[in-house]
Amino acid sequence: MHDYLPRAALPQLIQHLHRHGYTVLGPQVVDNAILYRPLADTDVLPTGIEQVQRPGEYRLIQTDSPRQFSWANGPQALKPLTFAPRETLWRSTLQTDGSLRFEEVLADARPTAVIGVRGCDLAALALQDQHFAADPYYRQRRDDLLLIAVDCSHPADTCFCASTGDGPAAEADYDLALTELDDGFLLRAGSDRGRAIMTALPLQPSREDQHRLADSQHRHACRQLRQLPAFDPAQLIQQGQHPAWDTVADACLSCGNCTSVCPSCFCFSESEVPELDGSSSDHQRQWDSCFSEGHSYIHGHHFRPDTKGRYRQWLTHKFGSWVEQYGRSGCTGCGRCISWCPVGIDPLQVLLQLGREPARTEK
Amino acid sequence: MNSPMTDPADKPRIAVHKFSSCDGCQLAFLNLGEALLQLNAQVEILHFLEAGMSDADAPVDIAFVEGSLSTPDELERIRQVRAHSRYLVTIGACATSGGLQALRNLDGSHDEWRDAIYARPEFIHTLKEVQPIAAEVKVDLELWGCPISSAQVLAAVRALLFGVVPVDDRDRVCLECKRQQAVCVMVTQGAPCMGPVTRTGCGALCPRFGRDCYGCYGPSETAQADTLARRFAGLGLLPDAIARRFLLINSQAPAFLHTGQVFYRSSTQDQPAGDQDD
Repeated sequence: MHDYLPRAALPQLIQHLHRHGYTVLGPQVVDNAILYRPLADTDVLPTGIEQVQRPGEYRLIQTDSPRQFSWANGPQALKPLTFAPRETLWRSTLQTDGSLRFEEVLADARPTAVIGVRGCDLAALALQDQHFAADPYYRQRRDDLLLIAVDCSHPADTCFCASTGDGPAAEADYDLALTELDDGFLLRAGSDRGRAIMTALPLQPSREDQHRLADSQHRHACRQLRQLPAFDPAQLIQQGQHPAWDTVADACLSCGNCTSVCPSCFCFSESEVPELDGSSSDHQRQWDSCFSEGHSYIHGHHFRPDTKGRYRQWLTHKFGSWVEQYGRSGCTGCGRCISWCPVGIDPLQVLLQLGREPARTEK
Repeated sequence: MNSPMTDPADKPRIAVHKFSSCDGCQLAFLNLGEALLQLNAQVEILHFLEAGMSDADAPVDIAFVEGSLSTPDELERIRQVRAHSRYLVTIGACATSGGLQALRNLDGSHDEWRDAIYARPEFIHTLKEVQPIAAEVKVDLELWGCPISSAQVLAAVRALLFGVVPVDDRDRVCLECKRQQAVCVMVTQGAPCMGPVTRTGCGALCPRFGRDCYGCYGPSETAQADTLARRFAGLGLLPDAIARRFLLINSQAPAFLHTGQVFYRSSTQDQPAGDQDD
C-alpha cells in the first residue's frame, strides 16, 4: 500500500496545501515553547526538540534526533483557532434619527491547515464542536479548518490521554494522520480531503518493519506516568463539603491558567467597547474563566467570591456535570492544566483525594 | 468631530491635577494623538498644566488626580480639588497606592534618609509617610497602573459621559496574557512573575516580551499574594528578593503590603536600622 512519505518529501505536503489556498500552521519553537505558527517551509519545524513537562514546569530540550514531532504539546491546542480569545460579535451604530443600527461582524475566515495536531486536541475540538454547534463565529473558522494529525510518540510526564481514551494516536476527526518514524511518515486519511491530498503526494509502499516500529512506538506511548483515577461523576458533584477543596484552595492562585490552556474550556464574557464620541459600540466577547470574579457575578452579588468555590466549580464541572451535558468528561488527558499551572497543582491528585476520603456532611 | 450626543453648551468639564509623581500618567492624555482631539470635542479641559491650561480652582465634573500625598501642602490641595469636583478619579500607582515614593513608609526612617540625601534638608518639607489620595479624600474611581494607559482614560471618560459606572476590571494579568497567546514565563523560565496576583489593564505587556510582570497595576481581586510568595521561594528567591517583588510600585496596596512586609522584615531582622520608629 502506498502510504509512506519519506521525510525529505514532507515539504511537498506543505507546498500542496499552499497551492490549494490554505494558510498552513505548524509547530515551531517560539518563546521557549511549541506554538502553531504560519509555516512557510518544513525547516522551521522543531527538529530534534523534545520536552520535559512537570507540574508547573515546561522545558524544551534539543536532541540530535531527526524527528520533527517528538514532543507532546504546546501551551495551546486548536482552541484559539476556532474560539477566538477576543472578537467583536456585533456593532451598534447611532443613526441621525437617534435610533441604533445593529450589524453582525463576521471576521474573514481563510481556509487554514494545521499540521501536528494531537489526538487529545482533536477530542477536545469535538467537544467544542458540540458546545459551539450553533455559533456562527466559531463555525465559520471551524468549517475552514483542515486537520493533519501526527500521532503522539513522546507523551510528557503530565500526559494521561491513554487513560481518557483520547490518545496518544489520533483516533477520529482528522483529515490526514501521520505516524512519524525516524526517516519518514506513515499516512492514513480520515476524510475525502485527506484522501485527495494523499493522491497528490509522492507516496511509497510502506514496509512491514515500519508498521511494526509504529506499533511498538504506539504501545510505548500508551505507557504514561499519569492516569485518570476512577470516580463516579455523579458522586463528584456531591462532594461539595470535602476537606480536599480547602487544601487545594490554599495552594491555588485562582489565576485561571488551567482553564485558558484547557482545550475544551469554553467560558467567555461579553463587553461593550464604545467609540469615544459615542457614535458606535463594538460588542466583544473574550475568554473568561470560572476563576474570575465576573464569572460568578449576578446583579449585586458574587456567588463564588473565593478560590475554594471557584476551584470546586472548575473541577466538578470538568469531570462531573460535563458528563451530563455532553455525554463525556470534559478532560481529554492533554495535561496542560498540570504543566501550565504556575504552582503545579495536579487536578488528578485532587480527584484522588476526593475519592479517597469520605464526604463530609457538616454545614 | 461632530458628535450627535454632545451639546457643546454643556460639555462636561475636566481637570488634570498633579501631586507627587513623575508626570508619566498625564502622558496617557497627551499621547492620545487624534483621540485627544476627539476627547477635546467631548469635554472641556479647564486645568491641565502639562498641556498648558491653568485654572486649578475651577469647578469641574471630573478631576483626574496623578501623584501621591507626599508633602503637607498636598494634603491641603487635595481637599480643594475634592471640593471643586463632582467625580474624583485617581490615575496611576502614586495616586492610587502611594507609588515608589511610599517605599519610605517601610522603615520609618524618613528623617535619616532626608538628612543623608539632601545638602540642605531644612528646605525639604515632606510627610514622614506617603499616602494614596483615598487616604485623605473620597475617591470615586481608581485607575491603576504605572503608568496608566490611554485606553483606561478613554474608557472611564466614555462611561462617565454615558452616565454609567465605569467597568472596574480587576481580573488578573494571567487571563489577558493567555488571551494574547503569550507564553507563560514562570512555567517556561522559572521567572518570578507577578501576573497571577496583578490586575489586568496593561495587555500583558511584559510577558509578551518574555519578561516577568512586576506588578505595576497593583493587586487583582482575590490576590493570593502569600501563595505566590511561597512559589517564589520555591523558585529559589530569597526573602529580600520576594519582598522586593511585592514592595515596589504599589507597596501600600494592602494585599501586596501584607505579604511584602512578612519577607521584608525577615530579610532585615539582623539589621538594627531596619524597623526603627522615630
